[in-house]
Amino acid sequence: MRQVFLTANNIISPLGLTSDQNIAEVAREKSGISQHTDSKILPVPFCASIINNEVLDTAFAEIGNATQYTKLEKMMLLSLRDTMEQANFSISEKTALIVATTKGNIDALGNDFPSERAYLPVLGEVVQTFFGFKNEPIVVSNACVSGLLAIAIAKRLIQNEFYENAFIVAGDIVSKFTLSGFNAFQAISDTPCRPYSKNRNGITIGEAAASAAITSQKTIDAIEIAGDGSSNDANHISGPSRTGEGLYNCVQSAMREAQMISEDIDLISAHGTATLYNDEMEAIAFNRSKLEETPLHSLKGYYGHTLGASGLLEAIVGVHAMKNNTYYTSLGMDELGVSKPLQVITQVGSGNIRTCLKTASGFGGCNTAVVFKKSED
Amino acid sequence: MSNKNYYISTYCSLQNGALFVNGKATLEMDRSLPFIVLAKTIYKETGINYPKFFKMDNLSKLAFLTAEFLLEHSALSEKDVQKMGIVLSNKSASLDTDRKHQESISDDKNYYPSPATFVYTLPNIGIGEISIRHQIKGENAFFVFNTFNAKGLFQYAASLLASKKSNHVLCGWVDVDKEEYKSYFYIVSKEGMYPHTEEVINQLYINNEWKP
Amino acid sequence: MEALKQELKESIIEQLNLEDFTPQDIEDNDALFGDGLGLDSIDALELIVMMDKDYGIKLTDPDQGREIFTSITVLADYIAQHRTK
Repeated sequence: MRQVFLTANNIISPLGLTSDQNIAEVAREKSGISQHTDSKILPVPFCASIINNEVLDTAFAEIGNATQYTKLEKMMLLSLRDTMEQANFSISEKTALIVATTKGNIDALGNDFPSERAYLPVLGEVVQTFFGFKNEPIVVSNACVSGLLAIAIAKRLIQNEFYENAFIVAGDIVSKFTLSGFNAFQAISDTPCRPYSKNRNGITIGEAAASAAITSQKTIDAIEIAGDGSSNDANHISGPSRTGEGLYNCVQSAMREAQMISEDIDLISAHGTATLYNDEMEAIAFNRSKLEETPLHSLKGYYGHTLGASGLLEAIVGVHAMKNNTYYTSLGMDELGVSKPLQVITQVGSGNIRTCLKTASGFGGCNTAVVFKKSED
Repeated sequence: MSNKNYYISTYCSLQNGALFVNGKATLEMDRSLPFIVLAKTIYKETGINYPKFFKMDNLSKLAFLTAEFLLEHSALSEKDVQKMGIVLSNKSASLDTDRKHQESISDDKNYYPSPATFVYTLPNIGIGEISIRHQIKGENAFFVFNTFNAKGLFQYAASLLASKKSNHVLCGWVDVDKEEYKSYFYIVSKEGMYPHTEEVINQLYINNEWKP
Repeated sequence: MEALKQELKESIIEQLNLEDFTPQDIEDNDALFGDGLGLDSIDALELIVMMDKDYGIKLTDPDQGREIFTSITVLADYIAQHRTK
């Protein structure tokens, strides 16, 4: 089967409006999380990573009318526009559009936009129409693995020659809807989240959009999508498997396809939401996969948990880590607080990073893993 | 292009009060019954013993029931079922339940969001419920399309099979939006009754049968 | 106290969608979690919401919840002592 690559990319977040801006901040260990007081979102003050509306609207005004689009749409369109400008291909009949999100324009259920805007196909259509994509958008809504799964879906469709290339965009916003729900789960930390730490006590929610160009055409700095896999825990709809079943299975599936063993993985960009159970589950699954000595980070300390965006956003940071041969810190770490060993990265460092394993897990028992590899010339 | 041929082996649909399996009406009830009443009636009359059913939202109940009858009539071994890929789709994602959660947070003076409701505000939870019931640990994906998209399902299922990520794929459409509900599931494998093509998928969706 | 226990049994059955159960099926001192009613982590969180909504008791520590939800009797005692509604 032919090779497929991730090339141009973009991240829209409180840390910047381009991938480079974001990476520069991550390299400085700067977090986008801060305290907010907004009773329209939550009755009490809360930590979150929220994009400044003025900054977003000013940037968006250069490409469209800011009043006609929702916040999520502006984030996604801005992101995809940047990716498309960098990409070495443009839209054709053989180009797929994949849009990944958990809740889309969920705020349309309670704001001035018509409630029909909350239908995800409508969001897909907004993106399709804005750029003139020729194929019906493939909207993926698979909980917190959506962004990472979008990479796998694009790669599989291109590998099987249903498309030649794809643009993928993922995004989610911070909303009263999601904050109230996670709060009812008692899952939200009162301070910025601390993945894998002894003192971790929950997630921090964030909003972001990310996008990437996926193609079968190799370019000089293309990163190959060498393997992928998805697996369901078949255990519980919100609690992760105590044996890390699904995560272990999908990591094995991805590595097998990439023809790699654990020693071949140079960096793990994990899910690390900082809940008691998720991080513990990952520690178990990574140990089962013999990855306990591989440098690992969670990026939730910089971005919060950006839900549908997280898998793609964090994969892009992983790709830049590979290009820059730089291990980025797992922000928020104090003392290892999981029952199995993990090599959590505690400071920025250099290394020969030829491969990166990105994982994600989500409600509904879903788990996804993708292996990235620098392509040989 | 993948040059292997795949086949649809079993298919099942539930809409307008009627449950069809492989084109035959298995259950027919009053089409004006609200979905929640229909679902509980089917559960009780068919003797399914699975108390968690009552905690599910309508979308997951519909997904669960359709998969229950589909798998009951499939010839797949337990081992094959447990490695199946599940690829579902719909138009409304989880909006039917989203509205319920939204209502619970709309009045600041009566603000009691429910975790049991919130967990179902994701369309892929139904895949999780099916997976737990039948111990299916395979590939998952949930797509959202404006209308039933045979091409989308065809391409992804064929990709999973050709890449050997799955040996069998449970595909389908499952939608609940206020009073409207419809499900249509089918299994794609290397052997089966009908050729796995967009045309056949569409015909089975529309007519519950395919005549070559 | 008997009235409260009965009220709790009915409430739990309704809130947690235990359609196969009647209040008579729930013994005062039986374990709520574990095999009997098949309650899980989401049910525990739902009970915390119920405590707030129906009795004005706010629980922020899930471990505290686990102790209070041991049985109907333990739960009723706690509510009788701490209710604000």
